Amino acid sequence: MSLLKPTPKVCSWTREFDNPGSLATYVANGGYQALRRVVTEKVPGDAIIAELKTSALRGRGGAGFPTGLKWSFMPRAFAGDKYIVCNSDEGEPGTFKDRDILRYNPHQLIEGMAIAGYVLGARVGYNYIHGEIWDCYEIFEAALKEAREAGYLGDNLFGTDFCFQLHAHHGYGAYICGEETALLESIEGKKGQPRFKPPFPASFGLYGKPTTINNTETLASVPWIVQHGGQAFLELGKPNNGGAKLFSVSGHVNRPGNYEVPLGTPFAELLAMAGGVRNGRKLKAVIPGGSSAPVLPGSIMMDCTMDFDSIAKAGSMLGSGAVIVMDETVCMVRALERLSYFYFEESCGQCTPCREGTGWMYRIIHRIEHGQGRAEDLDLLNSVAGGIGGHTICALGDAAAMPVQSFLKHFGDEFAYHVEHKRCMV
Amino acid sequence: MATLNIEIDGKALQVESGKTIMDAANAAGITIPHFCYHKKLSIAANCRMCLVQVEKAPKPLPACATPVTDGMKVYTRSEYAIKAQKAVMEFLLINHPLDCPICDQGGECTLQDLAVGYGASSSRYQEVKRVVRDKNLGPLIATDMTRCIHCSRCVRFGQEIAGIMELGMAGRGEHTEVMSFLESQVASELSGNVIDLCPVGALTSKPFRYSARSWELSRRPSISPHDSLGSNLEVHVKDNKVMRVVPRENEDVNECWLADRDRFSYQGLNTPERLTQPMLKHDGQWVETTWQEALEFVAGKLKSLPADRIGALSTPYRPAEELYLLQKLMRGMGSGNVDHRLRQSDFSLDDHAQGGFWLGMPVTYMSRLNRMLVVGSNLRKDHPLMAHRIRESVRWYGELNLINAADDEFLGKVHAKRIVAPSQLAAALAGVCLALAELKNQPVPAIAAPYLAAGSVADDTAKKMAASISSGETRAVFLGNMAQHHPSYAQIHALAQEVAKLAGASFGVLGEAANSVGAVVVGAVPHRGALGQAAIKGLNARQMLAQPLSAYLLLGVEAELDTHDPVTAMASINAADFVVVMSPYKGKSLDYADVLLPIAPWTETSGTFINTEGRVQSFAAVVKPLGETRPAWKVLRVLGNLLGLSGFEHNDSQEVLREALGDTPTGNVQGFLSNEVSGVAAIPPQAIDGLERVAEVPIYQTDAVVRRAPALQMTRDAALPVARMHGSLIEKLGLAENGRVSVRQTASALTLKVERDDLLPETCVRVPAGHPLTAGLGPMFGPITAEPA
Amino acid sequence: MLSPESLAAIDAEVAKYPAEQKQSAVMSALRIAQTEKGWLRPELIEYVAEYLGMPAIAAYEVATFYNMYDTQPVGRHKITLCTNLPCALMGAGEIADHLKQKLGIDFGETTEDGRFTLKEGECMGACGDAPLCLHNNHAMHTHLTPEKVDELLDKLK
Ligand SMILES: Cc1cc2nc3c(=O)[nH]c(=O)nc-3n(C[C@H](O)[C@H](O)[C@H](O)COP(=O)(O)O)c2cc1C
Ligand code: SF4
Ligand code: FES
Repeated sequence: MSLLKPTPKVCSWTREFDNPGSLATYVANGGYQALRRVVTEKVPGDAIIAELKTSALRGRGGAGFPTGLKWSFMPRAFAGDKYIVCNSDEGEPGTFKDRDILRYNPHQLIEGMAIAGYVLGARVGYNYIHGEIWDCYEIFEAALKEAREAGYLGDNLFGTDFCFQLHAHHGYGAYICGEETALLESIEGKKGQPRFKPPFPASFGLYGKPTTINNTETLASVPWIVQHGGQAFLELGKPNNGGAKLFSVSGHVNRPGNYEVPLGTPFAELLAMAGGVRNGRKLKAVIPGGSSAPVLPGSIMMDCTMDFDSIAKAGSMLGSGAVIVMDETVCMVRALERLSYFYFEESCGQCTPCREGTGWMYRIIHRIEHGQGRAEDLDLLNSVAGGIGGHTICALGDAAAMPVQSFLKHFGDEFAYHVEHKRCMV
Repeated sequence: MATLNIEIDGKALQVESGKTIMDAANAAGITIPHFCYHKKLSIAANCRMCLVQVEKAPKPLPACATPVTDGMKVYTRSEYAIKAQKAVMEFLLINHPLDCPICDQGGECTLQDLAVGYGASSSRYQEVKRVVRDKNLGPLIATDMTRCIHCSRCVRFGQEIAGIMELGMAGRGEHTEVMSFLESQVASELSGNVIDLCPVGALTSKPFRYSARSWELSRRPSISPHDSLGSNLEVHVKDNKVMRVVPRENEDVNECWLADRDRFSYQGLNTPERLTQPMLKHDGQWVETTWQEALEFVAGKLKSLPADRIGALSTPYRPAEELYLLQKLMRGMGSGNVDHRLRQSDFSLDDHAQGGFWLGMPVTYMSRLNRMLVVGSNLRKDHPLMAHRIRESVRWYGELNLINAADDEFLGKVHAKRIVAPSQLAAALAGVCLALAELKNQPVPAIAAPYLAAGSVADDTAKKMAASISSGETRAVFLGNMAQHHPSYAQIHALAQEVAKLAGASFGVLGEAANSVGAVVVGAVPHRGALGQAAIKGLNARQMLAQPLSAYLLLGVEAELDTHDPVTAMASINAADFVVVMSPYKGKSLDYADVLLPIAPWTETSGTFINTEGRVQSFAAVVKPLGETRPAWKVLRVLGNLLGLSGFEHNDSQEVLREALGDTPTGNVQGFLSNEVSGVAAIPPQAIDGLERVAEVPIYQTDAVVRRAPALQMTRDAALPVARMHGSLIEKLGLAENGRVSVRQTASALTLKVERDDLLPETCVRVPAGHPLTAGLGPMFGPITAEPA
Repeated sequence: MLSPESLAAIDAEVAKYPAEQKQSAVMSALRIAQTEKGWLRPELIEYVAEYLGMPAIAAYEVATFYNMYDTQPVGRHKITLCTNLPCALMGAGEIADHLKQKLGIDFGETTEDGRFTLKEGECMGACGDAPLCLHNNHAMHTHLTPEKVDELLDKLK
């Protein structure tokens, strides 16, 4: 496989090669051709945005926002500085797909960002890389160096007047920096505290300048779309859910890992690719889109296809495509305790409901898990979660509330059992 | 700007686009609960208390941060909105200690007030509450950090208003804590404002701590007696004692802020050093006496002396009524020996000025200037809130240019600066003048001609400044305290005037003290009377103190601290036969006075300050005079009567004011103010061979009250004087950094600690004036020697 | 306070950002300083802040906001184990028990000989390779088993 022919491996095709992340592998298989063509042929930005719209590419960072539409918000004609920023701060529990793009296909991301720079009128881009995957930061820096030396980044690319410089910026241990405005604050050298929107980054972004932010996988998909057209991408997936997507499958499966499959692939198929439930056990529950997505019982999941619309219909979110699989041995109270600790630990602390409420929820669940639950605790938990959700600056508040509400909804009896019997049901 | 139609709680409103729901609600008198929102600070939207229902919005929106859109329908009190607000309130309270009974904020706490409306009666939170360690932020601000609700107002204040980020929120999530770096004491001269900003009792006034409950206090309006802004105060009184001072909002003057000096100086009112009884010196012994006896004694003594052998000196910190009566008294006796310009040394403009010097514009304009040139000013410390306004101009892309003898941190962007020895100040200004003439293709003004003749050319900095201040839409040139105290003030003023003219800029003098403008307006100057009327002329402050007169009448003056050259001043005063000191304090005057008359500080008398923009601000007494203390205007009135002078029959201070300024004081004052000077001959200042002194009056040494305010005296700004020098000078003189140096001007030598300041000119030794420790040194300007101690 | 190499590395980071945005390099600068000095003592934070022309408290905010900075002393080897749900499902709990028992310390503690500090980490974005840990922030060790943990600890002197 390569970028030369349309394949359902949009971002992961280099894995078939010996030296997947190298510039040589990438270029030999059609890499940087899309960039060269748009720049040298001066393809109008509008045309590329139109292709993106046709492709039905939806943001791979979690919210699933249509990328073509997002790009069209950028004041491209604005004469001053503008920025394109890539969100590689992958820290959503269960998600580890962008790491593989950085490791095994960094040039496709670089090419995607350069095309974005061309379309959006940005001369500088930053890629914000999760601090804990330090080797990826170094790999990406090395790839940038290669690209600069080969003339894919820098001034007057391909002899035109198009200039684009790209830099890596690393995080250092803060989940919240995955939120796009927290990420911008972090690049500015501050605490990663989300900004209230509006204004949106498209008008007031990095250093107050118009900025477009996309996820790693989103941007890495762009060269494919430019190469093969939006229609081809759309046809990979299903209407309104264009393309293939990387799914990070973790938890109780035999072969955890990333699987790139067309959107609309049945969950059962994906589960089978990951080797099925470990030790032949029964599937109990699945979190289909990263820890912030509501949990779904295994039975409901088995009827879903892996795309934004199907998962939403089932009452959860495709999110970042992180599929956390839990078998029958899992205590749901304990699982939720750990997740709620995560949101408590990672709340940036600026807004009241999240700063105060995440700790409160964690402490209640912790009590229940440790046999000190009270009869009124389940209602209280639901009510506290309700007090957080929809009341915060960024979606972390909702992300903290949703697991609680969904665990209680689908596995309330387990919680009740814990409260009553001071011990676990499983 | 487009006008949008919106509806809040069913009320149809028209709102300018760009406004938020909060703005619209405030304008319509609809209260939306909030903590983090503050009209002067950036929008943080972090407390979430202001959540409201907006039709068609999928979730409640923060009113403070949500821009209005046409047709928007907002519900601030709907069930949906209240539910969100109550949820937020519950979260705010779960970790709050609810220790209202022992909290200084009790009774004036936004959290307490709102909790009554939105809080539940009992807590559903059964877990352990968070406890946050208190921080030591210095002598002014007390902390109870467990009460903090993380609204971030204090942090934003530092970044956005004070210009210096001293407080931050360290940590993350629930563990976020407001603190200063390494518990360093906050040093901003505006720091006390965070006390007002803090909506709960996390940051409170340290000097006020536990001394009264808010509901026991009566709140009385007043005017600050310190810098020339005339900040509006609310003085809080209990049992006839001033307990604290907070700002009284006045958008045109101090907005909602106060400088720390205005806020904490009241502590200087309640000191044991207060003079509470008239006293006479009998055979070198002080004895308490009655007013009757004291004033008769003074009158008798004065009558026996030739009027032109008497000198009357006042500080510019006294109310206008007193200054008016003082000059009236002197002139009634037949002498024009009256002055308040104690730190000035060049009075030659008295023959050339048309009116009273002033800011040249309303104070509010200082917040939106595009181009500024400030000459000889320690802006931040001399005029803390005007410096804030200039910072605001700078933040709005204004360009600030500075010519000064020291490079103190301004806390904002400086476009161009020139730091020169004081003797070079005029030349530096002349450089800009030459550059402007060239730029504008205009003849070189006569006042700058000698500099051109002497081969002076405009260098790049001068050109940069010239280009800057002649561009932009609103421009101003300001002279600071250092310029006004300068031995070549007339030259500097005349040069600045030409610079302003060439640049098409407005020209202003930043008044030194609360009543610097007022004192000139009411004629407390030797060359003319009130509102510039002709009057008996006499000696100016320098002349009065250069040689001993027979008698001195000192109004609020601490001569060893308040004068340009304390050594000469004290020699003259000590040599005089008769010295009358009218002051709220005993102080050093116990050594040199013959009569001590206890007069009221500004809180115990009515009076008027005229600020630097000519704003006439009258105030009433907020407490009764302490002991036998009397308002000085009454003392002077009685003295006038005892001297047999006519026209001393005033019934109240307003009557005095009307006599001085007429029935339309404001208009008459404005008509008299002018910075125009004409006919000043060009006399470039003499060069100084060797080292020269740079002296500033430290912010908490400016006047008698603030000198006695204990908490302010514990701040870093009140640290003991040191000798600051450029590193190369330290080396050249064989001194050691942080070692000792012996400095000498005219009289005795003084040993001080050496501190390195590479931002000073290499020929300067910077030793503050106005401080007891350095009073024996000599004039604020001129040659100085330094050698290893 | 920092070696010429570290300063050069900081300068290279500063160069990534617009000239008036030096503060953008603070995360890198703190990381470089910490790597050289072991942990971020306040003077070091102040030094970095001054180097970048930002208020010390602003740099301190950054140092205390991001988990991977150590504003307290740590052992020569800091082991940060992810215990988040995906890792927990794949055995992070047992690895945690093993590490604690082996080192005789709990999360957040340092061995008496100053060799090891054990920390509990949040999702590192590598859940497919769980259980996993970070050694001194920058080296990831994946697919941990008690045996692999023993091997790792033996290697770290
Ligand atoms: C708490 C929180 C964490 C997030 N973490 C990530 C992340 O790790 N990676 C990511 O790409 N987007 C993350 N997002 C979503 C981003 O804010 C943003 O929507 C996304 O980067 C946009 O890119 P896309 O349109 O290409 O998806 C997060 C959002 C929230 C609220
Ligand atoms: S919701 Fe939580 S993480 Fe998001 S801004 Fe508010 S406090 Fe920070
Ligand atoms: S006042 Fe609006 S969120 Fe605080």
